[in-house]
Amino acid sequence: MESEVLKIENFSAGFGKCFVLKDINFSVQQNKITAIMGPSGCGKTTLIRCINRMHEFSPGAVYSGRILLHGEDIYSINPIIVRRKIGMVFQRPNPFPTMSIYDNVLSGFILNGIRLKKEEKDQIVFNALQKSGLWEEVKDNLHRRGTFLSGGQQQRLCIARALAMNPDILLLDEPTSSLDPKSTLLIEQLMEELKQSITILIVTHNIAQAARISDYVAFLYLGELIEFGPSKKIFTAPENKKTEEYLTGKFG
Amino acid sequence: MDTNNNQHKLCHINPDWCWLSRVKRIFKITDIMPDFLFRKIILISGLSILILTIMILVSLVTNSMLSIKTFGFKFFTARVWDPVFDQYGSFPFIAGTLLTSFLALIISVPFSLAISLYLGGEFIKEKSFFAGFLKNSIDLLSGIPSVVYGFFGLFLIVPIVRYIQMKFGVEPYGVGIFTASIVLAIMIIPFSASLGREVIEMVPAEIKEAGYSLGSTRFEVIRYIILPYCKSGIIAGVLLALGRAIGETMAVTMVVGNSNIMPSNIFSPANTMASVIANEFAEAIKELHFSSLIEIGVVLFFVTTVISISGKIIIRKFAIRT
Amino acid sequence: MEKIKVRIIKDRIFSLILITLAFIACLPLFLILGFIIKNGALSINLDFFFHLPKPVGDEGGGISNAIVGTFIIVGIAFIIAVPLSILAGIYLAENRKNLLSEIMRISVDILASIPSIVIGIIAYLWIVKPMKSFSAFSGGVALAIIMLPVVIKSTEETLAMIPYSLKEASFALGVPYYRTILKVIFPAGLSGVITGILIAIARIAGETAPLLFTAFGNPFMNLNITKPMNTITLVVFNYSTSPYEQWHQIAWAAALVLLIIVLGFNILSRIISKKWKVKF
Repeated sequence: MESEVLKIENFSAGFGKCFVLKDINFSVQQNKITAIMGPSGCGKTTLIRCINRMHEFSPGAVYSGRILLHGEDIYSINPIIVRRKIGMVFQRPNPFPTMSIYDNVLSGFILNGIRLKKEEKDQIVFNALQKSGLWEEVKDNLHRRGTFLSGGQQQRLCIARALAMNPDILLLDEPTSSLDPKSTLLIEQLMEELKQSITILIVTHNIAQAARISDYVAFLYLGELIEFGPSKKIFTAPENKKTEEYLTGKFG
Repeated sequence: MDTNNNQHKLCHINPDWCWLSRVKRIFKITDIMPDFLFRKIILISGLSILILTIMILVSLVTNSMLSIKTFGFKFFTARVWDPVFDQYGSFPFIAGTLLTSFLALIISVPFSLAISLYLGGEFIKEKSFFAGFLKNSIDLLSGIPSVVYGFFGLFLIVPIVRYIQMKFGVEPYGVGIFTASIVLAIMIIPFSASLGREVIEMVPAEIKEAGYSLGSTRFEVIRYIILPYCKSGIIAGVLLALGRAIGETMAVTMVVGNSNIMPSNIFSPANTMASVIANEFAEAIKELHFSSLIEIGVVLFFVTTVISISGKIIIRKFAIRT
Repeated sequence: MEKIKVRIIKDRIFSLILITLAFIACLPLFLILGFIIKNGALSINLDFFFHLPKPVGDEGGGISNAIVGTFIIVGIAFIIAVPLSILAGIYLAENRKNLLSEIMRISVDILASIPSIVIGIIAYLWIVKPMKSFSAFSGGVALAIIMLPVVIKSTEETLAMIPYSLKEASFALGVPYYRTILKVIFPAGLSGVITGILIAIARIAGETAPLLFTAFGNPFMNLNITKPMNTITLVVFNYSTSPYEQWHQIAWAAALVLLIIVLGFNILSRIISKKWKVKF
């Protein structure tokens, strides 16, 4: 029943002449959580930003190789369409400060100029907030601005915003690094539920978090993919010595 | 598997052309046109400002060519300005401008320094009444139009100066360089005070605290730590205020006396470069007269530009250092 | 011990001098406000707003033409300057560090430093001379040139302060660049941009020098922008420098109206920048 959604082939990327990622190869399975981990500065964030083509906003960005979404190279598709199919949530929650919670969830439609009927809107907002577990908390304040929410709530609002666009894949770039433990737990639980319907790729520098939630793990070190495989295997019997050292806290 | 992919073919991705070159081939032009257009529109708007500035300079210079060719450098040294005989020497106005501006600067510096030190944080017990009052007053003062300052000068400062002149036994014109300087000083105090305040606020708290921790009084901290630290910033503030004073027209025109004769003392009626343009431009029918007035405008343009650009460079350097 | 006393006394004296100087510097504000309110309030009545100026000798008369003229000329400047300067401000905020934008920034600084009388000369050369007539339009162009750098700078500064994460959020949703700028970044900076515009309006509404030989002034009501037009500032200037006591009265009242308009815009800009502030 497992199928590949995303396939990364011989992918390298960097800034100017300096390559941050070297020859990465792995695939992401449908409805699984794949964690990308590694010490800071190993290229995790660059990799995830390449997957929905955010990397190219950085000055001097370069890449080579292919990233295939359902067998189609994303670098031959209009980036705007790639980004609508691959949602992203950032380290720091970044709801749009000028919009209400309701509009924030719909922002993908509003900002892209897609017109919806009132019932459609209500339905999308309800579904997205329900999926992100925020509905009960904000249903009475839908038309207030999103900035009064707590950090964890804001982050779940950002997840709802990404889910509303009904993406194939959800990218999470250290989504809990700026949150307290309780909010972190909520978001981890949320991911478990979400993987029923969506493929998740998460960047984390927190080994325990990767162990708790992921089905597959990619371990990056200095821009190279050291090891990739099912989490159970990597966390119990890593093949590579580097991975073992990292997992046992010898560096990173 | 496609072996071509194993070759590391670098692709520079610059959002600008990437979106265009790649996408044009594959997608409908309508997807990308608005973005392309938008980038071009903001670029053109930015460029138009640049072009406007250049055109202003070119227009001024070409229209003053007649005067530049006729008088050459003598335009700045000749002391006679007489439209009747087509004689145009701008020295009296240069002198008038320099006298009024520098006098105004000298009068204003103690006041603006005091305000900037006060508001710059050294005296404020957070949100004291006087600080708030001072700040609002300065803000309001800087919003008052110059024609109102001129009007005020005409009806309050002029009588006072006339009274002083009678005491001193000078001819009691009332209007003149001294009056204009006072009005100018009042006008530039809010401007230089707010600049000074910005500079003084940039002084890092650590070095002030270091001073206090050694047992210095406030006066000593200001005298030996803050002022030396801010020297370049304060000089820049004074410079920018000077630029303001030199270009100021209305208030000066109303109280300077509008005399084209070389001023003999600081009470003499005179004209500044800006005020002579204000007085004579609309009536300058003779071509040479017109062109000479524009040449004065060119001088004003260059002087204020040089002053304000150098002032800004000094402040930027100061801001980077802190 | 003695030395410390001397130092403390020195400190006290210094503070006292500072406070006195700061206080004296505020005095003109109250003198100006006092004078203008006292003298201006006497001649302000409804007639003043709805009637035309009368010749010397006749009692009464108003400045309705100048009030209308001020709004028309400021309106012309607004229409010319605001769209252009917002777009240019967006360009500068979006291109922080390339050579071209650096040069543009310098040109904005130069534009801001040109004395307003010189801008009057420019409007005269570009509009009045070819059209062979003083006109409200040329006055509007002069004021627009003064307005440009003010609005460009405030737009650039506000937009540049908006966190990059917001833009990223929008891009990640597949929103094209122009929509990101117009629908995310610009609304987030709107209060700052409006504040800048209001400050610029307050500034140009009080300008006189660039209007002396562009709008020129006109004793009659005129709504044709290709003809000379009166403004409140020109009334203050022309009437206050006239020898007639009765005209001085009108000048005081006009100055009061001018102050209310200018300070009104200033205060409005501050209220908006406080009230509409977007929290990030």
